[in-house]
Amino acid sequence: MSILSSKNFKLLSNPLNMENPVTVQILGICSALAVTTKLKPAIVMGLSVLVVTAFSNLVISAMRNYIPPRIRIIVQLVVVASMVILVDQLLRAFVYDVSKQLSVYVGLIITNCIIMGRLEAFAMGNKPWPSFIDGVGNGIGYSVILIVVAFIRELFGSGAVLGYQVVPQSFYDGGYVNNGMMIMPTMALVLVGVIIWIQRSFNKELIEKD
Amino acid sequence: MQEIINIFIKSVFIDNMIFALFIGMCSYLAVSKTVKTSIGLGVAVIFVQIITVPINYFLLEHVMKPGALSWLGDSFKEVDLTFLSFMVYIATIAAMTQLVEMIIEKFSPALYNSLGIFLPLIAVNCAILAGSLFMEQREYKNIGEVLSWGLGSGVGWMLAIVSLAAVREKLKYNKIPAPLRGIGITFIITGLMGIAFMSFLGIKV
Repeated sequence: MSILSSKNFKLLSNPLNMENPVTVQILGICSALAVTTKLKPAIVMGLSVLVVTAFSNLVISAMRNYIPPRIRIIVQLVVVASMVILVDQLLRAFVYDVSKQLSVYVGLIITNCIIMGRLEAFAMGNKPWPSFIDGVGNGIGYSVILIVVAFIRELFGSGAVLGYQVVPQSFYDGGYVNNGMMIMPTMALVLVGVIIWIQRSFNKELIEKD
Repeated sequence: MQEIINIFIKSVFIDNMIFALFIGMCSYLAVSKTVKTSIGLGVAVIFVQIITVPINYFLLEHVMKPGALSWLGDSFKEVDLTFLSFMVYIATIAAMTQLVEMIIEKFSPALYNSLGIFLPLIAVNCAILAGSLFMEQREYKNIGEVLSWGLGSGVGWMLAIVSLAAVREKLKYNKIPAPLRGIGITFIITGLMGIAFMSFLGIKV
């Protein structure tokens, strides 16, 4: 078996569009919305979720034959919680300011439904390596939405990208004003709604039946 | 006493779990199709919230904080276990939901039939874990404030899910553009409701 066979590649590419965790499976919304006022925390959050999903998928998949089905939720929570503690300590050590901005949302990765969803739906029934790939794919699918939303919100909300001013001063002198609405939490919801709208206009088979 | 009431009002309206903090969105979006089920889930969340938040507060104060273990003897004075808080909180929550489910099943089958299916779901509802995490972050001073925060955040969450369910029930009779149908329009409605809730920001407590 090659390391990236076509089947494994599908696991990596499917979550980007047709099975996107945020816009199609509607999982892990809480953190996706709360951390997207600026681009930098969004990228850090996306990476943290990617790492936690990939490695907890790997660990659970390796243990899947030894977990008694009745207590599997608790076992899964413990594995995910240890991964999140590791990520949290690393963030505090290396990017303290971002870790402060993310506040409780790092801890909330534990109950992020993407991770529990992938563990239940994929890792419990598949070999470790495909599970790892599946985790990476879903992590990337999640990060992409986060980055798009954060990019729009930071650009229009504070006229900057990654903290660098991109809207020139002459615009402000000419009467341009930052859209304060974009910083407000509610605009994140509307933006995700619009992203879903655009995506489903291109992929007709994703449209919900009544 | 006034402080306790302030925390309650603040957690229901101003720092509403859904509209200001985006917490517990997954089940909020998934279970809000009818008013009846959303009331069931809302009550279950309040119920678990007022049990787990005080227990986690107790564990934080008497087991995990630096110096909290000094009741064990002088050699434990320096121990700081706060890095374990995620693990302790989630274990409490998973154990408590299991326990609450068993107790309700035993003593009140009627309540179990209406709440039963929601209780296991709650273990992975971020609203519950966030209740404990915010309790730690905001450093509430006594058990009264902690209870008030637990109750208030649960009530705020229930208020949000029940009102969304009521809107979605009416929405069935409307013509919505096909790609926006279902989850898309729900996001936008939540956004609009959030704007309405922003008017509470003016309240000074």
